[in-house]
Amino acid sequence: MTEPTDSAALTRLTAAELAARIHAGEISAERVTQAHLNRISEVDGAVHAFLHVDTEGALDAARAVDAELAAGKQPRSALAGVPLALKDVFTTNGVPTTCGSRILDGWIPPYDATVTRKLREAGVVILGKANMDEFAMGSSTENSAFGPTRNPWDHDRIPGGSGGGSAASLAAFEAPLAVGTDTGGSIRQPAAVTGTVGVKPTYGGVSRYGLVAFSSSLDQGGPCARTVLDAALLHEVIGGHDPLDSTSIDAAVPPVVAAARQGADGDLRGVRVGVVTEFAGEGYQPGVLSSFHAAVETLRGLGAEVVEVSCPNFEHALPAYYLINPSEASSNLARFDAMRYGLRVGENGASAEEVMSATREAGFGAEVKRRIMLGTFALSSGYYDAYYGQAQKVRTLVSRDFAAAFERVDVLVSPTTPTTAFPIGERVDDPMAMYRADLCTVPVNLAGNAAISVPSGLSDEDGLPVGLQVMAPAMADERMYRVGAAFEAARDAAQGGSLVLGCPSVPGTVEPQGSGA
Amino acid sequence: MTTMAETMDYDEVVARFDPVLGLEVHVELSTATKMFCGCATTFGAEPNTQVCPTCLGLPGSLPVVNGAAVESAIRIGLALNCDISPWCRFARKNYFYPDMPKNFQTSQYDEPIAFEGWMDVELADGDTVRVGIERAHMEEDTGKSLHVGGADGRIHGASHSLLDYNRAGVPLIEIVTKPIEGVGDRAPEVARAYVTALRDLLRALQVSDVRMDQGSLRCDANVSLRPVGTTEFGTRTETKNVNSLRSVERAVRYEMTRQAAVLAGGGEIVQETRHFDEGSQTTSAGRRKETAEDYRYFPEPDLVPIAPSADWVARLRETLPEKPAELRKRIQQEWQLSDAELRDLLNAGAVEVIAATVQAGATPDEARSWWVSYLAQQANTRGVELAELPIGPAQVAKVIALVNAGELTNKLAREVIDGVLAGEGEPAEVVAARGLAVVSDDSALTAAVDEALAAQPDVADKIRAGKVQAAGAIVGAVMKATKGQADAKRVRELILERCS
Repeated sequence: MTEPTDSAALTRLTAAELAARIHAGEISAERVTQAHLNRISEVDGAVHAFLHVDTEGALDAARAVDAELAAGKQPRSALAGVPLALKDVFTTNGVPTTCGSRILDGWIPPYDATVTRKLREAGVVILGKANMDEFAMGSSTENSAFGPTRNPWDHDRIPGGSGGGSAASLAAFEAPLAVGTDTGGSIRQPAAVTGTVGVKPTYGGVSRYGLVAFSSSLDQGGPCARTVLDAALLHEVIGGHDPLDSTSIDAAVPPVVAAARQGADGDLRGVRVGVVTEFAGEGYQPGVLSSFHAAVETLRGLGAEVVEVSCPNFEHALPAYYLINPSEASSNLARFDAMRYGLRVGENGASAEEVMSATREAGFGAEVKRRIMLGTFALSSGYYDAYYGQAQKVRTLVSRDFAAAFERVDVLVSPTTPTTAFPIGERVDDPMAMYRADLCTVPVNLAGNAAISVPSGLSDEDGLPVGLQVMAPAMADERMYRVGAAFEAARDAAQGGSLVLGCPSVPGTVEPQGSGA
Repeated sequence: MTTMAETMDYDEVVARFDPVLGLEVHVELSTATKMFCGCATTFGAEPNTQVCPTCLGLPGSLPVVNGAAVESAIRIGLALNCDISPWCRFARKNYFYPDMPKNFQTSQYDEPIAFEGWMDVELADGDTVRVGIERAHMEEDTGKSLHVGGADGRIHGASHSLLDYNRAGVPLIEIVTKPIEGVGDRAPEVARAYVTALRDLLRALQVSDVRMDQGSLRCDANVSLRPVGTTEFGTRTETKNVNSLRSVERAVRYEMTRQAAVLAGGGEIVQETRHFDEGSQTTSAGRRKETAEDYRYFPEPDLVPIAPSADWVARLRETLPEKPAELRKRIQQEWQLSDAELRDLLNAGAVEVIAATVQAGATPDEARSWWVSYLAQQANTRGVELAELPIGPAQVAKVIALVNAGELTNKLAREVIDGVLAGEGEPAEVVAARGLAVVSDDSALTAAVDEALAAQPDVADKIRAGKVQAAGAIVGAVMKATKGQADAKRVRELILERCS
């Protein structure tokens, strides 16, 4: 196969492939960046993965990488020169950061998040800011104040959420890498429904400094990519201890790249895999379950020892999650009051209280207001013990279920989400239905351990992507990378290539080609 | 028409009612940086120059605990005979106010770092009252609102407000007493004595500037009354804006007389925050608390728990200074003071500063003479306590050392002290800048002596004839010529040398 040279073909390459070509001097980072900027201008009018494209900043960053390489310097990192979409929840010095909310419309942060800083220092080219549900509250990106993102597989369907922009930018080949945040599934569920890879690292594995807080004890930044190896490479760039985040783990980043490379050998002998029995049955789409069962058989075929594991408290995880996240959010979002930055609504001469009230009324969307009210109620004196206090107890029980399970197995597996991408608009008036999209993903957030979603196939009913979730103990993220990479290699070999390369065309794109794999 | 008296005569108040006090003291720690970020804490800086994303509460910012502040908190707790929690957390206190950047204050709620302590407070007549300490907890200060256009800088009637976030995030320790009961008519005195004793203790710990005038020590006074002979607490009020020790006493006394008048008139006390007015020495109603504000406390998820090890606490216990009460006992013995002399020094607030000056190298007599005379006058003129003067014991000791070394006369020493008080720097800097060093250059002095002798030949002859006492006139002339910057003793020696 000939080397991809045209702009469109460049966007089909993985991050690892792009980095290899850039670092070998075969193509410039600027050309790679320009190719992705071209792709964005072609398709993003339809997809709407980006809220802000930083064309000049991206090209400047790419040229800086090229200049260093031309001067004979070593690449700054394994991903130097590779473009990336950054979820609009991370602060970017000098570049707008909205969190998908009107209330931050026009705010230009004066500082970089630690993740942003690490990306810049690694020479990763930040293309722009990815769309998201307002303040990361949602499972469809329909709650963005700036309009929904569409699923590149079917424009009438949701790309998942809250990080729908990050995931869609990968599936639409607008970026080979993205960074998301996962509070209850916001990286993994979009990855599952777009046929991409999404990782929620161990809580504390990636700094939260500069990540605009939704639910502090649950929020975790993580890598999004089209392959497990790319996710691992990005994980090592953005992970690690940060003295500016007290909850950051003071330990080395787990050896995730080595684990991903090891896993690609396809040998899982000696690895014990637990199937969570609670994640099946009512509410699960048959095509999702059949894809999951096939995935489990694939793992067995790779030599893994597969057992069923019951985690009885997982069924309480979702209600507990929907008490903890609104409680923390009600406090975290109190600062948006028009006094210092962002939107300000109110007549001249209005009191500070009136301005605060009018601004919050106008600036927050319905879902954000719902969570603020839920959380305010749950924390109120007289209700605290019954709601927030009980939820914390459930959290402990969920952690114990994980601890007991990981006594028996190395990783746990489940479908990432009970259904494939649902139609835009279907659940906007039914918050409970929307919340159920997080059913399989929230236990990991409550317990603080790690999980990855890897494409497992297409659902029989609708031909849409399904995700396999692999869960690992806290600070053992490498285990899920190994299992995820092994599964990915086996699936791709059986299906003749990466699932996402089969993503149907979007306006202005060329037909996807098979990769050289 | 009859009007109800606004206050009741104090003697009648205490005959009919039994006061119960609760004092909440906020202390700003004098750490170099803020509670949760690296910003400086210097008092009086240009507004909004000591700020960063964290203390401005910018989206995405996170707190990191200042270890020095935790250390101060533990030392304060130990000095107040408290238990130190082996594991405690910060909590968020949620309420909206423009000078609070996050619209929640990071504080401690049901897990204070120090709890269950006490402090013995000595009253003017030597009686001691033991005040129970409920808790001491860590929190961050808010910014400052400056309300423009209204009366007295209060928000009522203001056209707009200016916000200064320099103070936002400065470390605070809140120290809360248990109810102080059974002190009867001495309640106002006890309140003042408690705050005074606490201030002295905090100063000895060197954890805070404890300047009530600058707000680094703030006292909220809770007062309630109950009929004599009953045990149930009455409804309390909380008086804020009590900015001096004297005001603590007056605010409590005024509240007692006001509440008594209300109760005697058949009225009910409204649970509210009241504002002490320095001018009128009265309190007025502020924010009503009848619907208790719900702060929706919950554990701060952005911070990890504080778990001081027993070793660390033991090491900090060893750093505790001598307690003020013990210091006084020791000093009375060492300086051989009568009870009355000690009480005079205590009332002048001079014991600690004198002791610290002695510790810095001066003799007790030297230290006493400076603090109770010249420095006392300066404090009096400025209307502040000795310890609040902008000169410290170490600086006074330095001045005394310069006098002893013959480099300053007493007169020059006063000028050096004036310079330090005026903010001109350390004593040595003032000496250099004002050119106050004693003229100890013998050749210059000799020239001045010769000149004086030549100007008064008759006096010179008398000295030469052995009338040594006549030298006084020449000494005076030389001192005048050198503008007092000569060491009179050396001048006298030179005169006698020249006339021998």
